[in-house]
Amino acid sequence: MTEPLVRAEHLTRVFGRGAAAVRAVDDVSFALRRGEITTVVGESGSGKSTLARMLLKLLPVTSGRIVFAGTDVTGRTDTTAYWRQVQAVFQDPFGAFNQFFTVRRLLARSRRLLGADLTEQRMAEALEQVGLRAGDVLGRYPHQLSGGQRQRVMIARALLAGPSLLIADEATSMLDASLRATILNVLTDLRDSAGLTILFITHDIGQACYVSDQVLVLSTGRLVEYGPAEQVIFDPRHEYTRRLLADVPRLHDPT
Amino acid sequence: MGTARFTGRFWLAAGIVAAVLLFGLVAPLVFRGHQVGAVVGGLYDHPSSRAWLGTDNLGHDVFTNLMYGTRTSLVIGLVAGAIATGIGVVLGTLAGYRGGAVEEGLMGFTNVILAIPSIVVLVLISIALGTRSTVTLAVVLAVTSWPWTARAVRAQAASVRAREHLDVARLSGAGTASLICYDVVPYMLSYICMAFVLQVSGAVLNEAALSMLGLGPSGGVSLGIMLHWALAWESVRTGAWWAFVPPTVLLTLLAFALLMLQSSLDEVFNPRLRRYRRRRTAAPPVALPDERPVAEGAAE
Amino acid sequence: MTAPLLRARGLRAAYTGQRGADIVAVDGVDLELPAGQVLGIAGESGCGKSTLAAVLSLTARPPLSVLDGELTVDGDRLDLSGDRPPPRTWRGSVVSLLPQGAMNSLSPTTRIGDLAVDVIRAHRGRTRRTDALDRLADRLDALDLPRRVVDSYPHQLSGGMRQRVVTVLSTLLDPRLLIADEPTSALDVSTQRQLTELLRELLHRGLVGGIVFVTHDLPVLRAVADRIAIMYAGRLVEVGDTAGLIDDPRHPYTAALLASVLVPEPAIRTRRIGGIAGAPPDLSAPPAGCRFHPRCSLATDVCTRQEPPALGTVADRYATCWWRADHPDEDLEARL
Repeated sequence: MTEPLVRAEHLTRVFGRGAAAVRAVDDVSFALRRGEITTVVGESGSGKSTLARMLLKLLPVTSGRIVFAGTDVTGRTDTTAYWRQVQAVFQDPFGAFNQFFTVRRLLARSRRLLGADLTEQRMAEALEQVGLRAGDVLGRYPHQLSGGQRQRVMIARALLAGPSLLIADEATSMLDASLRATILNVLTDLRDSAGLTILFITHDIGQACYVSDQVLVLSTGRLVEYGPAEQVIFDPRHEYTRRLLADVPRLHDPT
Repeated sequence: MGTARFTGRFWLAAGIVAAVLLFGLVAPLVFRGHQVGAVVGGLYDHPSSRAWLGTDNLGHDVFTNLMYGTRTSLVIGLVAGAIATGIGVVLGTLAGYRGGAVEEGLMGFTNVILAIPSIVVLVLISIALGTRSTVTLAVVLAVTSWPWTARAVRAQAASVRAREHLDVARLSGAGTASLICYDVVPYMLSYICMAFVLQVSGAVLNEAALSMLGLGPSGGVSLGIMLHWALAWESVRTGAWWAFVPPTVLLTLLAFALLMLQSSLDEVFNPRLRRYRRRRTAAPPVALPDERPVAEGAAE
Repeated sequence: MTAPLLRARGLRAAYTGQRGADIVAVDGVDLELPAGQVLGIAGESGCGKSTLAAVLSLTARPPLSVLDGELTVDGDRLDLSGDRPPPRTWRGSVVSLLPQGAMNSLSPTTRIGDLAVDVIRAHRGRTRRTDALDRLADRLDALDLPRRVVDSYPHQLSGGMRQRVVTVLSTLLDPRLLIADEPTSALDVSTQRQLTELLRELLHRGLVGGIVFVTHDLPVLRAVADRIAIMYAGRLVEVGDTAGLIDDPRHPYTAALLASVLVPEPAIRTRRIGGIAGAPPDLSAPPAGCRFHPRCSLATDVCTRQEPPALGTVADRYATCWWRADHPDEDLEARL
């Protein structure tokens, strides 16, 4: 069994002090296996976005360890090197873009990470991986693209550095249902063709069911269920997971 | 970012400001014959064909004084406004973006300056300086009026800092300078623009106040100095309205137009404030505004 | 047959564009809703459903203006063409709007009780404060909500409770018709269920006569709506009862929407789900013929030239599609 790409050990994040302290993430431990899509499912306030930001090193950890490819990266590390390995796509296809930049300028911003490797060809390759033609989008401003195209451009930006881990933080939540499957297919294709490890964060257990190999369920900062997707979704052990599944509206009556 | 919408109010305000600018900056070149300090008639002569707005207490042509006075007031206003806006934006952005101890320190300093009555400081500094050139006066004015811009910009910067496009830029490896320069400041540009307009308006009025107290630019003429002479030489009592009405009108016009410009700029930049007229007749269709998909669990 | 609660005919509304031209966001929509039922209006972003909600609730404001249409609620007819503002008695007491994102728009410095007093006074004129608060308290009791809400500030309530409170406030005056615009979109699934149960309870107790529920989320409609209308590019493409529409869609767009729904069931793990290719059209220049034809896998030549025929009635089962006109009994899900 190969070493997992990421091991999170007793991760905790506390906001505030004393009586007003909020444990946004409370003693969460898990492992992300290479070439698999792991989904973190949680309602609002569950701490899933806080967890993502800690793994991205955008937020310091209060206690616990993050081990990436065998190295402890919890404390002060070279973030530039880390972000060549770990990248993210966020929720808001409007707000994630600097509205004053064209797509080309957005992609060219990664120069600090890639240096001379950032060529037009590399940009075109990344765009192709998400199903976009460079000629169609490079010269455009964000307001000239549709929501689905914007999210794809964001994924392409994340892929530029050739990361081994992609964190998708509610990347489909602000898209219409008809677009979600398309973006999710981009993610599964990346897993299948490039062996990319993906951490997918969502509140929608239906999407989790579609893409995941492994599922984590978070509730108010604590990890309540963790295991292979089929087991967690079709045979949940924890009361919270069962209630969550029961509350999901279905299209057809379960027969 | 579609085309900005310029309302009637905007054009009116811009028109008045442009007219005053032309009068102060270009007119002296046009009316080259008029020299400041030339005696053209008796003391407080009525307006005539020789002196269009009459003469002042020293026999100088009021119209000439008005032109050069407007120029001085404008120069002081623009320079002081630019410096104050510059200081305010730099300190405010730094405080808002960094947060923490830096923010506390800078804002504490700003509040101290804000609490000191500026007119007292202006008077004291002006007295301490031997001669007061236009530039010196502009700097003095700027130094006492930057605090409120700094506070406002700090709030803006703090709110922009939390936006997602900054996280994306960080993950792309952009450094702090690049983030502030390209991701924070452009989003505040409309606000900075409006702050500058307000600063200019404030500086012009403050200069007039100082000059009326006799602390205006030495050796020069400004709108405030004209008022100072008008009051000191009892033009009100003697009924020589041409000595104090023209500078008052010009000051009022300038300040009013700048304030109206600022508020109509707000409408241009902020679509939610725009007022629409009820449509009367159907017209052929045109480009579609991009409708936002629904946010799920995201704060707007 | 009793008259329907809501009968809308020929609704048309447009946004004033930047250069004086218009974008028609709702283009000839007819609706019918029997009393005591929930009508769901579903579609992608930009289809015009929120605009339709504004038109139905008489809250259209510039740059949106209603071009044409006729609204009949409980027998009272209102002509929407012309520039007259809607009668004051209608808005709030005959039709009431629960706007999108209302739970986030509550004034943070006002207690819920005070908001209720404001709402009642705005529509009923001078009312004693205690009377208004009593009405709110009675309403909360009837709907099994805690009384402490009356003295609370919005930030002291959870998101789900805020949404339910806003729903109660918008129905305080017992409107005949409640238009709810995306009420569940920002909520977790558990609070979604609480809200839909609250809406059902309001109907059951006769506190509202009928509900129009606008959303992009089809599974939620399966749980709460009695009838569903599917909207695309400003027009209705299909209308029908919930079970019938979901089990046997008559229009390709409906079938495509249903096919892209992701629910936690074993079936979706085994197959690849496609979304709907392309994007909704630019309403300034909608496609000729059937507006859906550029994205439809069953489109034929006639679809690109002529507008499809109306099959059925909005009161019962309705679809507008050339393919369906030629194949009245074929199953769509098998074809896609």
